[in-house]
Amino acid sequence: MTKILVTVKRIPDPDESLKFTDGGLDLSSVKWVPNAFDEYAVETALRLAEDVANKKKKLAEIVVLSICPQKQRQHMTQFLAMGADRGVVVDADDSTLDTAAVAKIIAKVAQDEGADIVITGKLSQDNEGNQVGQRVAGLLGWPQACFAAEVDWDQGSNTLKVGREVDDGVESKKVPLPALITVDLRVVLPTSVRNGVNPADHKFTDGPRLASLRGITMAKRKKVKVLSPADLGVESQGGESTVAVNKPPARKAGQMVGSVEELVEKLATEAKVL
Amino acid sequence: MSKVLVVLETAGGKLRNHCLPGITAAKQIADARDLELHLLVLGADDSAAKDIAPAGYGAKMVHTITDAALEPFTSEAWADAIVHAVKTLEPAVVGGTASSVLRGALPRAAAILDAPLSAEIVAVKSGDTFTRPISAGRALLDEKVSGDLVFFTARGSEFAPAAAAAAAAGLAAVEGASVDTRGVEVLGIAKTESSRPALTEASVVVSGGRGMREGDNFKVLEELTDLLGGALGASRAATDAGMVPADLQVGQTGKIVAPNLYIAVAISGAIQHLAGMKGSKTIVAINKDEEAPIFQVADYGLVAKWEEALPALIEAVKARQG
Repeated sequence: MTKILVTVKRIPDPDESLKFTDGGLDLSSVKWVPNAFDEYAVETALRLAEDVANKKKKLAEIVVLSICPQKQRQHMTQFLAMGADRGVVVDADDSTLDTAAVAKIIAKVAQDEGADIVITGKLSQDNEGNQVGQRVAGLLGWPQACFAAEVDWDQGSNTLKVGREVDDGVESKKVPLPALITVDLRVVLPTSVRNGVNPADHKFTDGPRLASLRGITMAKRKKVKVLSPADLGVESQGGESTVAVNKPPARKAGQMVGSVEELVEKLATEAKVL
Repeated sequence: MSKVLVVLETAGGKLRNHCLPGITAAKQIADARDLELHLLVLGADDSAAKDIAPAGYGAKMVHTITDAALEPFTSEAWADAIVHAVKTLEPAVVGGTASSVLRGALPRAAAILDAPLSAEIVAVKSGDTFTRPISAGRALLDEKVSGDLVFFTARGSEFAPAAAAAAAAGLAAVEGASVDTRGVEVLGIAKTESSRPALTEASVVVSGGRGMREGDNFKVLEELTDLLGGALGASRAATDAGMVPADLQVGQTGKIVAPNLYIAVAISGAIQHLAGMKGSKTIVAINKDEEAPIFQVADYGLVAKWEEALPALIEAVKARQG
């Protein structure tokens, strides 16, 4: 059966305000939540694997992979509850690993698992590197389709046709499997993912699905394998390191205007932009 | 002497304008490290490289790799070509503007070469330490990259476009590259047809949000946009609702813009939207909800319904333009 490996990460809740220390961030009391783009990645995998006419039949096995301290893997439980089949946790503080090491870990797990498709979010909302997926594809020598907004799986030719969000519009790219895709927001619109089995116009519920009660119960019974970076032969070389984290300079306080006339007057004479 | 190598993109035998800020960032890194600036042009032929070399942009050399498999762009073939150029030319730093092309190809090449990459930098602090926004622009990270070879991508809105130099750059072909598209097929790009300037290059951007309610209502925004010679944008709420095409989205999950004038209409100002437009010089917010977070970043805020404010604004701008 086709195997899909999805990478997932926990991030500090983006809706909470950041706590700055002298040149750093205080993460000691943050609420950790799943990275939104990884929820889109898992949803993409679930839609590829699902036969909507026969929920018991699965077209692919879905393995979720996270690099995190193994005692702090609540996000992993959530993804298993959404419907992923099993998990792999690489026990490490991901903030101590450089991007190259993160990519090497994922590539090694993909090889060991014999994955046919690797799906990652296009970026994590905290670090915003937007490079791990591309690196994994490079290490594996696989084709890549980044910033996917639409995914069409043709099981006959064993290819994915991916609509990629690029600067000029949407690029349509066909990649033979095994392949890696990174997903963007619009991949979770109701008709963005097709697998050739479900009717082409089948509408999934908009957005990543919520875990059902049954899913939550089941998640506890699903297998999670725990590995260490050393098990995979990966060591971080400290390629990127943090010198400081600072608060961006605040914008100069603005002013409220009372009317359109006043606005236009100020844009013309004060801001000099009209 | 070692060098800083900038990867350029071309179209129709010409340099694409969005690459110019990446050259500026590279020049700053080259100056900080006392290295030469070199440019790399990839394509099916060397016509664009020949067109770029006379302008120079402060570079010593323009290097080219020509191969039919480099067009249309694929990250797979481009990464192979970049890896070959790095092995041949031995630069210390490789980078360019953070476009969808280089965001795809450079990390792939960096992984093959086992090198670090600092993404979306907005400032060069020293030869190896760059500033980049994280957490939707709520914090600025000063990041150090270590090693004999490092990569960067630079955010186009944060560096001035490089200007043509008095001295031309030399032109040389890098031979012997073997590039492989790994069996991928590019079927085409569905472009958003527009007579307006590109969102990321426009000096004025007018954006609409959820409060516009439906696509038809964007017509009044388009009228204002065209009057100001600007580009039309939208918040995620508006593109998700299908009011306008997805590639108009401004924000963390869309385009990052920094025009002279940004007008946000009926946009509440979610963190992810602010991340895409906070760098604008002058921000105007028009929203009927005086509590909307967009007012906290606006230089000029007007509490009003767009149905009333926009027609009046269009008339007032017309009157001023005579």
